[in-house]
Amino acid sequence: MIDFQLLALLATPLLGGVFLALFGSRTWAAELNSLMSGATLLAAIVLTLRVIDSGPQVAFGEQFFIDPFNVFLVTLTAFVAFTTSLFSRPYMRIEQHHGKLNTPMLHLYYSMYQLFTFTMLVALTTNNMGIIWVAMEAATLSTVLLVSLYRTPASLEAAWKYFILCGVGIALALFGTILLYFAAERVLGEGGTALLWTHLNQVKGELEPTVLKLAFVFLLVGYGTKIGLVPLHSWLPDAHAEGPTPVSAVLSGLLLNVALCAVMRSKVLVDGSLGTHFAGNLMMGFGLLSVLVGALFLSRQKDVKRMFAYSSIEHMGLITFSFGMGGAVANFAAMLHMTMHSLTKSAIFFAVGHAVQKVGTQQMEHIRGLLHVSPTVGWGLLLGTFAILGMPPFGVFASEFLIITTAMHDYPWTTPILLLALGIAFASIFGKIQPMVFGATTAKPLPHPPALLPVFLHLFLVLLLGLYMPPYLANWYRQAAALFS
Amino acid sequence: MGALVQISLTLQFINLLAAMLLLIVFAMLGQRRIFSLINLFAWQGLVLSISTVVVAYSTAQQHLYYSAALTVLLKVLILPWLLYRLIRKLNIRWDVERLINIPTTMLVGIALVIFAFNLAAPISQLSEGITRGLIGIALASVLLSLLMMLTRRKAVSQVVAFLSLENSLFFAATSATQGMPLVVELGIALDVLVATFIFGIFFFQIRETFDSLDITHMEKLKDD
Repeated sequence: MIDFQLLALLATPLLGGVFLALFGSRTWAAELNSLMSGATLLAAIVLTLRVIDSGPQVAFGEQFFIDPFNVFLVTLTAFVAFTTSLFSRPYMRIEQHHGKLNTPMLHLYYSMYQLFTFTMLVALTTNNMGIIWVAMEAATLSTVLLVSLYRTPASLEAAWKYFILCGVGIALALFGTILLYFAAERVLGEGGTALLWTHLNQVKGELEPTVLKLAFVFLLVGYGTKIGLVPLHSWLPDAHAEGPTPVSAVLSGLLLNVALCAVMRSKVLVDGSLGTHFAGNLMMGFGLLSVLVGALFLSRQKDVKRMFAYSSIEHMGLITFSFGMGGAVANFAAMLHMTMHSLTKSAIFFAVGHAVQKVGTQQMEHIRGLLHVSPTVGWGLLLGTFAILGMPPFGVFASEFLIITTAMHDYPWTTPILLLALGIAFASIFGKIQPMVFGATTAKPLPHPPALLPVFLHLFLVLLLGLYMPPYLANWYRQAAALFS
Repeated sequence: MGALVQISLTLQFINLLAAMLLLIVFAMLGQRRIFSLINLFAWQGLVLSISTVVVAYSTAQQHLYYSAALTVLLKVLILPWLLYRLIRKLNIRWDVERLINIPTTMLVGIALVIFAFNLAAPISQLSEGITRGLIGIALASVLLSLLMMLTRRKAVSQVVAFLSLENSLFFAATSATQGMPLVVELGIALDVLVATFIFGIFFFQIRETFDSLDITHMEKLKDD
């Protein structure tokens, strides 16, 4: 039964990719894209209900493994992928109307969008540490042509950087995986099972610590490139700023999480083998650096998408830091923050996308008075900004509050650094968004009605979770957080 | 006694091949002609597949023969052929790259090799039999390929460096662990093939936009 549910989850986006590769130039391709994403979300929900109900399980001869932690990311991924597909339907039509995209480009976009969803879901659900690597690399490959979709010099440069840097990063992760296999082979013997996470988890105490230590460094640096951890982040702002906005939304809201999931899987094994806080310390260090550098770079940005890309670096740093602290509360807070960041950041990118279409530039100094010309876009951007800056009563406040109180308790010396970074981020982002929303306008009306439903849906969820967390959800997150401690 | 002699012979042979791999990476590091660079890449693939066959023979691992065959097909035939075709179509076959300071690069390379051997020393001590010390060479090739990606300014040679990096990782996998599970290896091979196709698409897009495959034109995106 679980086999069937998992098959539905993975086959839907794969079939969607094939269909859209065949029919992507038809006029109804955008609707088909949303339909397939919606079906994927449905399959994800069915799978989630099942796993929360009856606990972790393996599928397809142990090749896949579902537990509350990765099913949480599966649902989040499927949900944001669905709402982004709803957003991208009018967005891409407007881009086409403006002459920035043509039908072959949209054809490529739709089929790659589905394949990208597929690779992320495989990376999340597979039990094989080698297949995680293969799927992560495939996720890069499926998005690299989307980053350069506009074929402008800047987008080509961004895509090349993305391809080369993530390629190098992920190659280091492969070396880490090889080292892991080297250690595993001595305990589990040769053959297919030595890379299966469930098997490794059972024998993690017997894995050779020196090898695992080195393996984790390579895995963290490798997958950390994809998470956008400083100093491996330089591809991220370029790719987010130059790619089409729906792609920025899924890169920022989803891909970074998937890479972090791979790191967490490795961390469990390393912790079990070493019995020390080595992996956690490394993650805390990288996380803290990312929070600080991400926040410091915010005020220097002129391009609005670039600024929110740096904000993603900051928030991913915060999540990595929180996972690094470890313990039930910190893991819970990190997962909550992952959810909040994904929902809020994609909502912001949706609003920013339409704002940029109205004004015709991404330069913040030229975007003025959004509230005048389009109250919904203006309010969407303003509320999204409040949410991402951690203003109560939005959910980001709750998760950041949890992270900071845990840090105060366990690692008091980090608290001033975190608070400083969050303060700088608040001043920089709010100072730039405020004149964009208020004041006299320069915007033009759009040829198609914008899609703002996803923006407000996401923000509503973030608000709701900030005010009230249903016991079912809290229980689920607690189950998942307990897996790491 | 006979078995012992045989093992030490295969061991010597693998060590010889490993040394050749390291030399080839050094040669690539200093090679200015793009055409010769691709030739070296093909040779690297060949040495890699021979070493895989030797490991397969000496450890009686059936699946390593498949992965050796896959290596020959992909890295000696298909990828070099694709790259030759690309540089012919792009008309850059005889391009010579201006490399600054090859002696310095070589010295940095030697330092990297020493660093890699030190880093790998605790792991080498763990591995028994034929694979001892090979992890150091594999890690050294990985680092040298990374160095090559840093020093190159042409898109095509960066890609060759990227593929050489992948070859080094493959060598690490066969020498240290007697090969990853076949399904993983197939997945990696597929990724590399798709990546090369996408690189090819990129070359044309970059050429069309910048009139050159020099990536120095592509350093405009900065934070200011």
